[in-house]
Amino acid sequence: MDMPPDSRDGFDLLPKARSDIAQMSRKARDSVLSPADPGGWSIDWRHAVAARICRLHGIGGLDAGYLAKVADPAIAGLADPTHKGRDAAETVVLAFMDRVATTPREIVAGDITALTAAGVAEPDVVRLCEMAAFLAYQCRVAAGLALIAGGAQ
Amino acid sequence: MSRVIHKFTRTVPHWQPRITPVRLDAATPQQLEALKVTPSNTKVSDYVLVLAHDPESLNARSPLFNAVMYGKDGLDRAGREIGAIGASIVNRCVYCAAVHAQRHAQLSKAPEVTDEIFRAGPAARLGARDQAMFDFAVKLSQTPPAVGADDIAALRAAGLDDLEIADLVLASAMFGWANRLMHVLGDPVRVED
Repeated sequence: MDMPPDSRDGFDLLPKARSDIAQMSRKARDSVLSPADPGGWSIDWRHAVAARICRLHGIGGLDAGYLAKVADPAIAGLADPTHKGRDAAETVVLAFMDRVATTPREIVAGDITALTAAGVAEPDVVRLCEMAAFLAYQCRVAAGLALIAGGAQ
Repeated sequence: MSRVIHKFTRTVPHWQPRITPVRLDAATPQQLEALKVTPSNTKVSDYVLVLAHDPESLNARSPLFNAVMYGKDGLDRAGREIGAIGASIVNRCVYCAAVHAQRHAQLSKAPEVTDEIFRAGPAARLGARDQAMFDFAVKLSQTPPAVGADDIAALRAAGLDDLEIADLVLASAMFGWANRLMHVLGDPVRVED
């Protein structure tokens, strides 16, 4: 499904009566994409992974805005869902993110211990989940609202 | 002793974290602000204490969640709960499904709706309006989302206007978010004495 060309983030498709929700949604986006305390995940890395999750959701057009904010080409490459990661730890993290984004029902306690065993601190596990979870929200808001607007067939 | 619950139920389970919750006596000022802890409100769930590891996100999501689920006009509250339940069924978030099925049963006075959803899952057979909303939420919750123009037409045929449909999108999508926290960061358990 493709976004209407005049939509930047999907939230701009919300009805006027829900402009407060658009504003709060963008604040939530900023809290996971460019937080004051990014913990173990750099701002560049977060944007590349955001673009990756948009692609995993098959929402055409939503990834570009995130990818445009990634300065380092090596990190930008992570937006490609076939990129497995640049080292062993990143491979574990990206595999986790892909599964939380696409098949959260299959996540078990062992997936969390695999992350911490790969050296991910507990607060950084929560940060990963919030990132993937926000993007799952955004992709669905965008997909649903694009249909109401009749912009996607 | 406790055991993990895998079957859907309206009896709200206990939630057992997979990540160490933030300790209130060790919380930073920013975490305390996100937790909304005041001298008269010191009772905070383990779930919220786990999310306090990322206080910026917690602080931004709480008012958004409330606006999506409890905002005035547009889709009625029981309808929003159908959106939440549809997502929770797809994502198998037993905890979220329990909380919101219980709330739906209270609001609608029709526990048979969530009885049928828990019995049949995505194949549940419901009244026309609930059916259109539930089917839409289930399809939107797939990855990639599997909704199409036909699903919007079905909602309109069931009497929903565009604002109500937008509210259903928001409630379903919000549980795409909530399920990915609740189901991923902890287990629903029955605590046995």
